[in-house]
Amino acid sequence: MFLSMNWIKDFVDLSGLDELSLINQFSLSTAEVENDIQFKGKDLSGIVVAEIKSVENHPESKKLHLLKADIGEEELVDVVCGAPNVRVGMKTAFAKVGAQIGEITIAPRPLAGFMSYGMCCSESEIGISDDHSGIMEITDDVALGTDLKEIYAIDDIVFEVDNKSLTNRPDLWSHYGIAREFAAIAKRPLKPLDFDDLSKYDALPKVDMKIEDELCQRYSCLQFENIKRNIAPVDMRIRLYYCGMRAINFLADMTNYLMLEMGQPMHAFDSRKVENIRIKRFDKEFKFKTLDGVERHIDTDTLMICNGDTPVAIAGIMGGLDSEIVEDTHTLTLESATFNATSIRKSTVRLSHRTDASMRYEKSLDPELTVPAIARFVYLLKKFDDQVTVVSSLTDDYAYHYPEITLSFDKAYVDRYTGIEIDDDTIISTLSRLGFKASHHDGEFEVKVPSWRSTKDVTIKADIIEEITRIYGYDNFEIHTASAPLFPTRPEPSKKDEDNIKDILVKKYALHELHSYVWNYVDEFKAIGIENIGEIKLKEASNPNIETIRKTMIPTQLAQLKTNIGFEDEFGIFEVGRVVSGLDENDLCVEHKMLGITLYQKTPFVRELYFKLKNIIEVLFDELKHETVSFREVQPEREYEHPINLNEILCGDVVIGKIGIVHPVVQKKIDKRASIVFAELDVEKFSSIENKSIQYNSPSKFPNIEIDLSFITSRFAPIKKAIENTACALIKNVEVVDIYEAENQSSIAVRITFSDPTRTLKREEVTEVTDAIVNDLAKDGILLKG
Amino acid sequence: MKEKLEQLRAELLSELGAAADAQSLENLRIKYLGKKGSITDLLKGMKSLSNEEKKTFGQLVNELKQQASENISKRSQELKELEIQKEIELMPQFDLTIPSKEKRGSYHPITLVSRECERIFTTMGFHVEDYPEVVTDYECFEAVNVPKDHPARDMQDTYYLENGELLKSQTSAAQNAILKKYRKQLIEDGMPIRAIFPGRCFRNEATDATHENTFFQMEGVMVDKNISISNLIYFMKTMLSEVFQREIKVRLRPGFFPFVEPGFELDISCLICGGETGCPSCNHSGWLELCPCGMIHPEVLKEGGIDPEEYTGFAFGLGLTRLAMMKYGIKDIRDLNSGSLKALSQFTDDK
Repeated sequence: MFLSMNWIKDFVDLSGLDELSLINQFSLSTAEVENDIQFKGKDLSGIVVAEIKSVENHPESKKLHLLKADIGEEELVDVVCGAPNVRVGMKTAFAKVGAQIGEITIAPRPLAGFMSYGMCCSESEIGISDDHSGIMEITDDVALGTDLKEIYAIDDIVFEVDNKSLTNRPDLWSHYGIAREFAAIAKRPLKPLDFDDLSKYDALPKVDMKIEDELCQRYSCLQFENIKRNIAPVDMRIRLYYCGMRAINFLADMTNYLMLEMGQPMHAFDSRKVENIRIKRFDKEFKFKTLDGVERHIDTDTLMICNGDTPVAIAGIMGGLDSEIVEDTHTLTLESATFNATSIRKSTVRLSHRTDASMRYEKSLDPELTVPAIARFVYLLKKFDDQVTVVSSLTDDYAYHYPEITLSFDKAYVDRYTGIEIDDDTIISTLSRLGFKASHHDGEFEVKVPSWRSTKDVTIKADIIEEITRIYGYDNFEIHTASAPLFPTRPEPSKKDEDNIKDILVKKYALHELHSYVWNYVDEFKAIGIENIGEIKLKEASNPNIETIRKTMIPTQLAQLKTNIGFEDEFGIFEVGRVVSGLDENDLCVEHKMLGITLYQKTPFVRELYFKLKNIIEVLFDELKHETVSFREVQPEREYEHPINLNEILCGDVVIGKIGIVHPVVQKKIDKRASIVFAELDVEKFSSIENKSIQYNSPSKFPNIEIDLSFITSRFAPIKKAIENTACALIKNVEVVDIYEAENQSSIAVRITFSDPTRTLKREEVTEVTDAIVNDLAKDGILLKG
Repeated sequence: MKEKLEQLRAELLSELGAAADAQSLENLRIKYLGKKGSITDLLKGMKSLSNEEKKTFGQLVNELKQQASENISKRSQELKELEIQKEIELMPQFDLTIPSKEKRGSYHPITLVSRECERIFTTMGFHVEDYPEVVTDYECFEAVNVPKDHPARDMQDTYYLENGELLKSQTSAAQNAILKKYRKQLIEDGMPIRAIFPGRCFRNEATDATHENTFFQMEGVMVDKNISISNLIYFMKTMLSEVFQREIKVRLRPGFFPFVEPGFELDISCLICGGETGCPSCNHSGWLELCPCGMIHPEVLKEGGIDPEEYTGFAFGLGLTRLAMMKYGIKDIRDLNSGSLKALSQFTDDK
């Protein structure tokens, strides 16, 4: 919203104060001011009122005219002018030789063969409107040669307030409301507005009007006729233009002016079209043409202003085309009303049509405003057009009153909240300047909230703290730390494990952490042959790629892998992310925090890659939990899982995750010749495993005995079992030292380490154990090599 | 005899000079000083001499023996040094311009920024919390005083799921749970609630270089008796100075958020120009809008089981995604969720 300092200064005397620093203070105390403050009229000088004394056609040009202009000096000046609306006797804005318009300095210059000493200006050239259809027409009675800036308020400072910072302040959508803030900041009084006395018309007939719907909180209206004026006064038009509105005609400009001044949207109807005003919703949907000529779809939730049963306007949003003021309109009905804010907001969303009026209504406007706005309207109307006659009495239906709010609190409350000392007088005077009725007795403050702050904004005493402190200025706060007893801080276990897992994967295995989206990217998944994905859906999703929530991290990672092919010949990615596995018995999502790891290698040696991943998993458990894991083959349940070597990862008998190879169909779609393996771990389950911590064993002072045995087999599992079967306490370590794989004969060599902390072992007792192992295996047909 | 002795001495010295390695030196030692060595022979040949002669000659031979032994070990030392010297000379000069092949992993930049913040807050006594991404309407809105008809609760801003739950649109969704988790310790042990919660948030938005539907925030809350606006400004200033590793200025402006009252927009002095002059990165204002914060709304405390007449608190929401972009100069927000290793493998670590 754009604001004019001239307008604000109508209501508060800021003389002697630096306006720019006040605007900055406003930004810190009230609402955010955008950076580019405009200095209107800054680059404009030497523009005077001139009268066209003669107009001759240019001998060669059809467009150009040769004028003589009276600029209040002894001699007339010669001007060449191309404007279509020049005529003898008109008064216009004239840039004299030496005048400044933006970066241009006006100098005598030849134009199409004739010397021109100055320039007739359009309103757009002077920067007071966007009208460049012709030169400005000055109708006011002013002496020729008068500087335009002396008669019109062209010099102004205009600043923009971020609308988003005004969402909770319906009172600030107007210059008067903003002026109240400036008054509080500058500690100057706010001037009252001038109104017409509406009680004068009490004897006149009422307008036939009735609220028939609770969504209308208040409806006030007044009829008048005989408006002679067509064009708004220049100063009014300038203000509207500076504040971002186009001048239309006197009446439309007046309603806009009132809205910008007091924040009350108004609408003028042709009285013939609103003989019985009814405010209601309809049972059926229908089409309705608004005054911008657009046909809009009205549903049963949209509040309408009607003439009997004929809709004439969308309440709070826009008038209808049929009830617009037209040339032969004689009597006007002025509407000033308040509607339910949420209803207006939802209607604008459904209609996708937001207007200056609806923007204000959706902030919860003060219903107390409707009548003063009419009184102010009539006051200004009569000021600018003394022919106007009011032909009805004020007709007002006040259906919904907001409750009056009075808040009380003591000084200790303020002190506790602020942490600084703000004295009683400052509290009272600050609140009073903002329109609160504040009193103070026996250490208690009692504050009555003004109607314009009572619609939703100020409801509790903490709100009063804000009023006091923001005007006091947060920059003026003395700041200090809080003191509190000492307590240790403990991170959440799953957070701590997450951090440690990331460190191991990045630092030890050089994997890359990526982030992704929680929904299934259907298109990308399809491209790699994954279709069957999660049934948890977004409500009313419009984009199939943002529709279902992932059940597993792996498809996302495989899609990421595909986009990264060519990054390096071998790399791995991981992410700690969230998945939803389904709904629980209460119909709530069952969410899991998962670690997904995917490794890629541009070789066919998938075994090597698979074991690398298995090793990573084992190291995570060993480093962070001092636990070992086991693996259990499972059947594939997803398209990307290779049926062979798909294993659950178990710690004890708890399933923590899964490790596998990517199915060849999917793998080939990612990269024709590559190995891809994946693992997924439930981080919360991982965290619930108790950390066994390090079990220290003093090293034996006696020598170890190491025995190497090589068996003809391709599987380690039976060897492991045979060793475990001995239940020999002397076995300290078992290590696979060699795996030889060949088509006809594979073998596995193990090294078994024996030791006893109390004595030197005898060869015979060790041989006894190894013989038992060898015999055990021989029973299964696994023989020693060589 | 004496002549023989002198001859031996001369021979030894010349042969020593010629011995070029350890083996020939050892041979030399055996030749002169071994059991059958020439000097040993001299001693053996003394049997025939008179006692007087034995004494003088014996002394001379012993002198020679000692000289021989010293000369040999001296020569041995010389040879060792020569060998080391040779080994040193054989070492080639390495070309250090050859790039290393050692692979390095990478963290997501959000992880790096989040960790840095977590570290700072932990040192100031804050707990680091963890929280789900799917939450209920109650957690995300009702419990933090967002009214039923608030625009944020509209379908077009928040991702609702078919079962009525939603993807949390703000980390404040964890506030209620944090308050409830620590309220007992607050009330019974006088332990102030101090917690931060970094997490992923979701908003139904069309994405472009500055908008994402998935982003990270870090929520912080502190509740105790007598927590004031003055404390809030102090904490924010201290923490942010630590985050940016320099003394920064903060300023508060009124801001409206349903979960706080009063609510603020917190600006920090521009990191590029320091706030003095204004520059393009702060849009010539000298300030950067950084995070919303405020005093926790009494209704939010109440909903967390904490009496707002007895306790007050502050809360803030740091935009981790924004912070990461500021810190690393990431221009396009979409880079963060792009999954592109070309972009993201650069963040090896940043402690």
